[in-house]
Amino acid sequence: MVDRILGRGRDGKAGKDGREAKDGREETPAQLNPEDAKAAVWNRVQLARNLRRPRILELLAVIADEFVELHGDRLFGDDEAVVAGFALIDGHRVAVIGQQKGADTEENVRRSFGMPHPEGYRKAMRIMELAERCGLPVVTFVDVPGAHPGSESEERGIAEAIARSVGLMTRLRTPIVTVITGEGGSGGALAIAVGDVVLALENAVYSVISPEGCASILWRTTDEAATAALAMKMTAADQQALGVVDQIIAEPAEGAHTDPDETGRRLKAAILRELDRLAGVPIDVLVEQRYRRYRALGAYTELAGPVSTPTVPPRSGLADRLRGLFEAGQRAMPAPLQVGRRDEPPAREDV
Amino acid sequence: MPMKFPSFRTQREAFPEKLWTRCPSCEEQLFNKQLEKSMNVCPSCGHHFRLAAPVRLGQLLDEGTFEERDPGLVSQDPLGFVDQKAYPDRLAAAQLATGLRDAAVWGFGQIEGRPVAILVMDFGFMGGSMGAVVGEKVARAAEGALAARVPLVIVSASGGARMQEGTLALMQLAKTMAALERLRAACVPYVSVMSDPTTGGVFASYAAMGDINLAEPNALIGFAGARVGAGTIGQELPPGFQRTEFLFRHGFVDRIIARPDLRRELAQILRFLAPEPGVTARG
Repeated sequence: MVDRILGRGRDGKAGKDGREAKDGREETPAQLNPEDAKAAVWNRVQLARNLRRPRILELLAVIADEFVELHGDRLFGDDEAVVAGFALIDGHRVAVIGQQKGADTEENVRRSFGMPHPEGYRKAMRIMELAERCGLPVVTFVDVPGAHPGSESEERGIAEAIARSVGLMTRLRTPIVTVITGEGGSGGALAIAVGDVVLALENAVYSVISPEGCASILWRTTDEAATAALAMKMTAADQQALGVVDQIIAEPAEGAHTDPDETGRRLKAAILRELDRLAGVPIDVLVEQRYRRYRALGAYTELAGPVSTPTVPPRSGLADRLRGLFEAGQRAMPAPLQVGRRDEPPAREDV
Repeated sequence: MPMKFPSFRTQREAFPEKLWTRCPSCEEQLFNKQLEKSMNVCPSCGHHFRLAAPVRLGQLLDEGTFEERDPGLVSQDPLGFVDQKAYPDRLAAAQLATGLRDAAVWGFGQIEGRPVAILVMDFGFMGGSMGAVVGEKVARAAEGALAARVPLVIVSASGGARMQEGTLALMQLAKTMAALERLRAACVPYVSVMSDPTTGGVFASYAAMGDINLAEPNALIGFAGARVGAGTIGQELPPGFQRTEFLFRHGFVDRIIARPDLRRELAQILRFLAPEPGVTARG
């Protein structure tokens, strides 16, 4: 079925691939029937996870004229799942940070399958702070299934490392360009993905939890991973529509892994364009804009007045009000059943 | 569109109020009145039951001092998310069950006479998950504390980011951390209290980042769900993994505080962090 969809997509826009992709794909999931849409999204997830997909090191080989890798977090050790250092891109000195998966089993073991431990993020923070002091912009390459979930990772404070890194990036006084190149896996991705501009490769995905994790919690089986992937709107195009991603970079041919050099060239052009643009913005304005950007994300409405629970008397004392709220909650416990039943034939409710 | 509430009265008659609760830890049958008196801590084994947000506020704050802010925030459904149930239906059910509009309540109050901005989470509302409303309330609480220059207290109880809001829920990590960084830069203290459970994106943002981190005993606190971790890397997890005491041993919690002592200890810490209302540290 995947082939059928890809086939249809290719036939539909033969000869104008690049331009089409920049405008956003024609076959958005909404226009397909649910099964085809699921397959299309799942195909993207597979492309994002492709073993031959270029990571930060492969991309830097094309993008950068010079690259100096730096190691260690100065606290515990060096995490090879995170690559950090200096790069010279077309005359621009920048700090670069990204996750690196391995190309084979041996390298994957060394790099923990691209899942960083806390020391990886602490190395990233060290380089970001260094970049801030030296006036270098930061460019990050995000491709991570998720932060490492093991006990050593928890012992050394993976949550603290992610939180601190996210916080640091929201206030870092130097421009930050972020590129989601492959898998944007939850907090492990966001820890190096808070930027003034967020780019994404066409087949990259970004999600709050892995589709398998989401399916196992909400559908109670990982077999529904594709359904979960569709529901979470995790493709780059969907993320752009949500405002999480600013710009999509078209991939060559059948995906980035089929032509890493061309992918790198397109990425380089986009990164240089953004670096030039951000260099013209005064740093105070830039940091305030970044704050506003993340401060504004999220969809909510604001109703007037207090919660309209009928059991809470207005203007009573705090204790009464709290007790009222609590008891209302307890009394209402069976109520959700009622909500569910509304959809069913009334005869049943009468019984 | 106004939500239609079912009649509470008929429900109440149909289901007499529950009088007993079984402690999930020691299996003791506890009389609810007695449990309430002991602050929802099992008198026989010390198990800390999860608290509804209003009850937590009642336990921590001086009576009659709480002024709620931003009670009108409600989540939208930005993804049109449907799993086995549509997200708006889940929200409506949670609102009915808890009497809250989302999983967090914030406002200003006093703890032993000291003014604080306080936000408490409610695990009963969709697992205390953080979507746009929780993130917005945390950010507004931090901004409110900064504007009033009073300490911020956050009591977490959450399974993490709300999957139904997708990456917009993930972005709440950045939103909350951005606001907390400004609070920190302005030297306004922030005390994080972690209760059972504090996991995922909430732990990986504001909960882990208090100037002081407090935690209730034996609470589940961790980044990756134990099943997620074991499933992904096939690793055996040590006993007591991701419990308060594990975190304390590894240096991420300042103090483990049993619930009956929490209010007093908070007040004591606040006396050091913010000596007198309106008086600076050197004063």
